[in-house]
Amino acid sequence: MPRKYETPLLDELEKGPFPSFVTEIKKAAARNDMAADELGQLEKSYRERRGYWKHGGIVGVRGYGGGVIGRYSSLPEEFPSVANFHTIRINSVSGFFYTSKILKEMCDLWDKYGSGLTNMHGSTGDLILLGTSTENLEPIFAEFSSRGWDLGGSGSALRTPSCCIGPARCEWSNIDTLDINYNLTQEWQDEMHRPAFPYKFKFKTAGCAVDCIASIARADCSIIGTWKGTIAVNQDEVATYAKNGMNIKEEIVDMCPSGCMSYDGKELKINDEDCIRCMHCIAKMTKALKATGEKGATILIGSKAPFVIGSTLSWVIIPFIKMEPPYDEFKDLIRKMWEFWDEHGKNRERIGELIIRKGMREFLEFIGVEPQPQQIKEPRRDPFFFWTEADLQK
Amino acid sequence: MEKEEVKQKIYALVEKSMGKKKLKSSDIQKTVSAEAGISRDEVKDALKDLIDDGKLIYTYFGGSFVEIPPKE
Ligand code: HEM
Ligand code: HEM
Ligand code: SF4
Ligand code: SF4
Repeated sequence: MPRKYETPLLDELEKGPFPSFVTEIKKAAARNDMAADELGQLEKSYRERRGYWKHGGIVGVRGYGGGVIGRYSSLPEEFPSVANFHTIRINSVSGFFYTSKILKEMCDLWDKYGSGLTNMHGSTGDLILLGTSTENLEPIFAEFSSRGWDLGGSGSALRTPSCCIGPARCEWSNIDTLDINYNLTQEWQDEMHRPAFPYKFKFKTAGCAVDCIASIARADCSIIGTWKGTIAVNQDEVATYAKNGMNIKEEIVDMCPSGCMSYDGKELKINDEDCIRCMHCIAKMTKALKATGEKGATILIGSKAPFVIGSTLSWVIIPFIKMEPPYDEFKDLIRKMWEFWDEHGKNRERIGELIIRKGMREFLEFIGVEPQPQQIKEPRRDPFFFWTEADLQK
Repeated sequence: MEKEEVKQKIYALVEKSMGKKKLKSSDIQKTVSAEAGISRDEVKDALKDLIDDGKLIYTYFGGSFVEIPPKE
């Protein structure tokens, strides 16, 4: 029988209308020693107001430089079952499509070899298995890899790429997010499993600017679907929206960030030249509006959570690029960026921080991309580009 | 240069800096390719073998490093 702990402080987190991770840990703790001690140590952390996890070190699976995150209790005598409590990252499926059969199989394996606690999915995009011992790492890896799974990325490496469900279920998608995600994952296996970057690098692919996976805030490289043509307007459907109570001026026209729409009560007009493809109008009036023409993606670089210089959003590097297999143009561009980062990046410096430190001009020159008006850092500010002496003499 | 020779050079470099400076994969690639006058891909390939054979391992201390596995 697993040990049982009094948890008055954690119990507070079971109150209220939200799902509670405490309730879930308790369920696992009823039959799993690791989950039980995890609960005990967590209660102590809340009581003493300090964390008792140590991390990093030498832990992993033969041949892999990532995918296992070392976690150790600093109180191994008090909580022996979590003396080692390593996290395993499993490379998730594009768009997170699983069958219930596979999920059950994974959970059974995890009950056998680990704490039984999972996280689907972490912010990383991986399928996360929380907490197991060092001895169990190789056996569990063998079980998973024999079923066709692989570890995800961690450390100074390419992290598990992730994407929105895209064309699988969403009519707004301008690119095949699922295929892009799978293709990049296969292309860069070594970059994922054999860490050789100055720090982490993440790809996230969204089919349109709604950006359901928040790529603009969470990926060193955001790939966001867009279009070159106009927005086709079906005026009959516009009329239906109006009839059903939509205030088109207030909800659509006035909310258009580039002010390129007008509505006279009968006809909705869009000045496509000024449209910035933000998706607001299409998302609100799906039946009436549709993106047309050539489809592709905008490539943005540089977002990350707070670290040395605070959090940053990605900014546009390539306003439009075709995204069709085998994605060679895109891959060549990324390789150039990595080369720049490899040459100049310091340990633990993200590519976005490096660009800020070295300047956008040097970065663009290195990767061979011309400065373009869309590369503004943020609206109504100066372009993020400075001319050289040589440019000025021209 | 023979792959075995490259592997020896990599191992010697990691051994030499043990206890002084932790080396990143890119440090090894840069140093060995410059010293031996070979491409970085050749160094990468040899390093891959050393890792797969368990002669060297990756460690994580705020960043990923290549080190000699601890003796049991
Ligand atoms: C003591 C004198 C002045 C001070 C302290 C000052 C300060 C500023 C500041 C703080 C901004 C905003 C910068 C930003 O958006 O980050 C600005 C914008 C601007 N200033 Fe001045 N300014 C001065 C005089 C002038 C003069 C004399 C002119 C023109 C003859 C001028 C033209 C502008 C323009 C065109 C902008 C940009 C407005 C925009 O972005 O829409 N300023 N100024
Ligand atoms: C010594 C002369 C000038 C100074 C010190 C000056 C200063 C500034 C400043 C501080 C800004 C704001 C930059 C920012 O938003 O970060 C600005 C923007 C601007 N300036 Fe000037 N300015 C000068 C001359 C002019 C002239 C002669 C023109 C046009 C004839 C002009 C047109 C503008 C415009 C249109 C902007 C806004 C750019 C934007 O929206 O990003 N400026 N200027
Ligand atoms: S990001 Fe766009 S394409 Fe992807 S699921 Fe969301 S709305 Fe659909
Ligand atoms: S997509 Fe955005 S910018 Fe373009 S017309 Fe619609 S609301 Fe305006």
